[in-house]
Amino acid sequence: MVRYIANKLFYTLISLFILISATFFLMKAIPGDPFMSEKKVPEEIRQRLMEQYGLDKPVFQQYIKYLGDIVQGDLGISMKKINQEVSDIIGQTFSASLKLGLVAIVVSVIIGVVLGLLAALYHRKIIDNITMVLAVLGIAVPSFVLASLLQYVFASKLHWLPTMGFKGPLYYVLPVAALSAQPIAFIARLTRSSMLEVLHADYIKTAKAKGLSWFAILTRHVVRNGIMPVVTYMGPMTANIVTGSVVIEQIFGIGGIGKQFVQAITSRDYPMIMGITIFYGALLMIARLVTDVAYGLIDPRIKLNARKEG
Amino acid sequence: MEPILQVKDLHVSFQVKGGEVKAVRGMNFEVGKGETVAIVGESGSGKSVTAQTIMRLIPSPPSIVKQGEILFQGQDILKKSNKQMEAIRGKDIGMIFQDPMTSLNPTIRIGKQITEVLIKHQKMSAGEAKKRAIEMLKLVGIKNAEARFNQYPHEFSGGMRQRAMIAIALACRPSLLIADEPTTALDVTIQAQIMDVMKDMQERLGTSIILITHDLGVVAGMCDRVIVMYAGEVVESGTKWEIFKNPQHPYTKGLLRSMPRLDQKKGEPLIPIIGTPPDLIKPPIGCPFAARCDKAMKVCERIDPEATVFSDTHLARCWNLHPMAKEVHPNE
Ligand SMILES: Nc1ncnc2c1ncn2[C@@H]1O[C@H](COP(=O)(O)OP(=O)(O)OP(=O)(O)O)[C@@H](O)[C@H]1O
Ligand code: SF4
Ligand SMILES: [Mg+2]
Repeated sequence: MVRYIANKLFYTLISLFILISATFFLMKAIPGDPFMSEKKVPEEIRQRLMEQYGLDKPVFQQYIKYLGDIVQGDLGISMKKINQEVSDIIGQTFSASLKLGLVAIVVSVIIGVVLGLLAALYHRKIIDNITMVLAVLGIAVPSFVLASLLQYVFASKLHWLPTMGFKGPLYYVLPVAALSAQPIAFIARLTRSSMLEVLHADYIKTAKAKGLSWFAILTRHVVRNGIMPVVTYMGPMTANIVTGSVVIEQIFGIGGIGKQFVQAITSRDYPMIMGITIFYGALLMIARLVTDVAYGLIDPRIKLNARKEG
Repeated sequence: MEPILQVKDLHVSFQVKGGEVKAVRGMNFEVGKGETVAIVGESGSGKSVTAQTIMRLIPSPPSIVKQGEILFQGQDILKKSNKQMEAIRGKDIGMIFQDPMTSLNPTIRIGKQITEVLIKHQKMSAGEAKKRAIEMLKLVGIKNAEARFNQYPHEFSGGMRQRAMIAIALACRPSLLIADEPTTALDVTIQAQIMDVMKDMQERLGTSIILITHDLGVVAGMCDRVIVMYAGEVVESGTKWEIFKNPQHPYTKGLLRSMPRLDQKKGEPLIPIIGTPPDLIKPPIGCPFAARCDKAMKVCERIDPEATVFSDTHLARCWNLHPMAKEVHPNE
């Protein structure tokens, strides 16, 4: 197990390094520089700014310095929010995004698994059909469309829920619903097909032949095995929710990282864009790592593979 | 011998889109105490359906027991409630399946898969169950049982898994064991070992066994009686020697010619039975074997043959064997 985790960690670090390098060089490859804007900046001032941000040095030297800074947790200084460290801005705004994201993940998993399980147990019955129609809809509708729709109906028209902001439990409902719809649909389908497969597996017949009650078979043999594919989806789901939240935060006026990201892009705040990109990248890689480790914990067959590799 | 199981005129069908698959069409047989009965027959003849109906393992729908009785220790299994059935499965009747690679739950330790059945039926504590499970593992010939107890199925070879399955099926010392092709999925060398384990366990526990198999060597090695099934019916049944030395039904004879035997002479060819079994959605009204039988007569296609009895244990269903046939064909 330790070797398995170490192995995954190693690859995560390499991916992170590649991501940082790619982000850095791509930003350098963009024509122009951060100080090109509508207003013409006098050459003298521009020169001084370039020096201040270290942009006058050779690219490779800048790269080494950037890497060194990142190792120390320093993502540079924002170019638009004067004298603010990028890492500080991320730190301040992350908590709102984290809360929103975690709630969305938990809601997605619980509702998705329950729906998928019910659909499998009542295969080809009404519950199954309704769930699958909803799932197809859920996967087809993008989260920002759903967000606008929900906001219009439940906030603007019916006034049941707040339109904007992030000040209490009620404020979670609409953004979480918008973010979770797709993952719920996906998890429900995944759970359904995997539960159906498990329900028809030979070892379920064995369990029945042992005289176990249907409830014991379901809880001890079916659910645990049927849920495994959902665990592998945790990584991609986190990615889905993180990227979705960029727009959702904007729509519901939630002061999270997503909102900062959009602002940074529109104002060409290069260090901010790079910092958040790398932060997002690291977040997703960690999600993947956690997924892999969790999968290794619940599926005993994984450990063996790791042992063989080592 | 007092029968522990009596199957009487059992009919089992499956409701499918195209109609009703009549998988079992009037099965009659008995299993005595401590006896081993083999069920042989081609693929699709209804062996597994019969076996699983005895355990009531086939979900309904799609399966329907159209008529018949299954008396286990004198009581009709088909009249039991689901709860009563749970108390019988695994405790009074154990079952082993064909593919040991898929019959064990891959995410649960072997030990727990054995203790599960002990805790359910013998009301044992976890500690007692563990002791008994390790004992069972040793009995079925698994070395290092204490360590093996904590392993997962993927750490077991195919033969070892089937041994574990036997341990599960026999953990509660059932009076009847149903083994549905327990060695088909295994290497030849392992097959013999598994049969030895079953025989050994039977001697220890006095279990009756229904053994479904395609392997006549296995039948010769451990069975007392043989039931030959064709298209959901018993076409011949008798003691092992009656079937091997004195087969009567054309299908049994064909089966014996088509299957490898231990006493096979070198170079003696296997002769397959030509043709395919009838469609069980529209089974023939006459003898189901008529389309493939080289002895078929007109009457065969019209009327299903009655059983002709040769001894207390030996009977076959074929018009040519019927006493009346002698009158029609005096030369035969
Ligand atoms: N769930 C089902 N739905 C419809 N038909 C079925 C079902 N299960 C079995 N049958 C049919 O019942 C018949 C008997 O099948 P069964 O599995 O008992 O054969 P078998 O003798 O065990 O064959 P094998 O040697 O291949 O195991 C077959 O014709 C099969 O198509
Ligand atoms: S009854 Fe007729 S068709 Fe059937 S096995 Fe006998 S001879 Fe052949
Ligand atoms: Mg079968």
